Amino acid sequence: MENRIIIPERRIRIISSASVAGGDEENGPFGGSFDITDVNGRFGMETWEKSESEMQRLALGCAMRKGGIDVDSVDAMFAGDLLNQCVGSNYGLSDYRIPYFGLYGACSTAAEGMMLAAIMCSSAPRRCAAVTSSHYCSAERQFRYPLEYGGQRPPTAQWTVTGSGAFILSSEDEDCGEESEYTPVVKEMLPGFVVDRGINDVNNMGAAMAPAAADTIARYFSSGRDVKEPDMIVTGDLGREGSGILCDILASDGYDISDRHVDCGVLIYNIDEADKHSGGSGCGCSAVVMSAHILKNIRSGVIKDVLFIGTGALMSPLTLNQGSTIPGIGHLLRIVGEKR
Amino acid sequence: MNIDNKTYKKYADARAKKSPIWKNCIWAFCSGGIICSIGHFLRGMWMRFGLNGDNAGMMASVTLIFAAILLTGIGVFDNIAKHTGAGTLVPITGFANAIASSAIDTRSEGYVLGVGAKIFTIAGPVILYGISAGVVYGLIYFAITVI
Repeated sequence: MENRIIIPERRIRIISSASVAGGDEENGPFGGSFDITDVNGRFGMETWEKSESEMQRLALGCAMRKGGIDVDSVDAMFAGDLLNQCVGSNYGLSDYRIPYFGLYGACSTAAEGMMLAAIMCSSAPRRCAAVTSSHYCSAERQFRYPLEYGGQRPPTAQWTVTGSGAFILSSEDEDCGEESEYTPVVKEMLPGFVVDRGINDVNNMGAAMAPAAADTIARYFSSGRDVKEPDMIVTGDLGREGSGILCDILASDGYDISDRHVDCGVLIYNIDEADKHSGGSGCGCSAVVMSAHILKNIRSGVIKDVLFIGTGALMSPLTLNQGSTIPGIGHLLRIVGEKR
Repeated sequence: MNIDNKTYKKYADARAKKSPIWKNCIWAFCSGGIICSIGHFLRGMWMRFGLNGDNAGMMASVTLIFAAILLTGIGVFDNIAKHTGAGTLVPITGFANAIASSAIDTRSEGYVLGVGAKIFTIAGPVILYGISAGVVYGLIYFAITVI
């Protein structure tokens, strides 16, 4: 099986990150760990789309503030969200005079943005940002039903996370960024293929994304790397359903990851208590869990070595109505905590 | 996992936890029954106010529509419907909720291009095919009674 692992030529550190989240997320297991929260998810705005933009603006501002980073010192930013034309990023980041690249990677955008920022930092000493967001109220409106519509969801359905994450990566030699004992370093990257296994159930995104994540993970380990090497294998938003499928597929390929696999969509909510069915989803899901939990633990030395796979269901309501299926994608980053 | 897409879809469908159909049916039966009983009570109430049977029936529907829209507006309807399912969806309350929720959602896009253009996004198919079925029924009825 072919693998196309990218190993950066420079030491690329995630020097700062920030998370912004809504009420349901604040009530979840990571409540208190997010940098900025708003219980009603409005963030002082009149429309949900503007609220999402505001979350991105706050997230990047907070990441720069935490790392003591000046706007002029950031060479580029890679950002995206779930909304049509990526309006969350376009409007939200227009305050910052930083060269901007808009991305659409569905829920994998956090990983895709970090990967592109790392690739850009790889060729010269640079500082780049990756920003992403999703908002339950704006996504629900665009992809499913009106917010107040009274319907029932099946157990495999997922809930879009209201959250935004910003990450600042640097390949400069000078020691900068958040104060911590360890610093997260992007060691390897493996971009995903678009994988479409013929799932057309909008209420079972986990089944659409799991084969894509499995494809990327299997390609990564087929290079001879040991499954037992990383402390944790973190997927973006497969939810309970997709996580089960992922472990099944990889087990049949000969890779048992079940003892070290966690999924941000499962971690972010107290699923049963909050009635979140299969778990959380959306660009913000992996972004806020990575920033508020995984990277924080890498910085403090609790976790040393993480395989992060940002997963995305590249779904369009329009093509779905035309009879197309839902393609998935999984982008992989190996993030290792190193002494500063 | 070396299987074709068809087999994968079957595998995914088979492992997916199904909706609790019996629980949902019981909830729908009870809540739908309660709503209809309320409708009957309302009809009696309007008759007591001096309306004849037909008008009182119509006013009972109007009252239920008003209640459903009010509950949608204050953000309660979806929390009830999460449990009651078809119980609230099938009676006229579901139709009222579908229209009111679309209107609330699209208000930010303006009264013409937002509310005006999108208010029937969900209810539209019901109206279109409901009226179409009515026309077909009318034609058949006409053919049977006249010819």
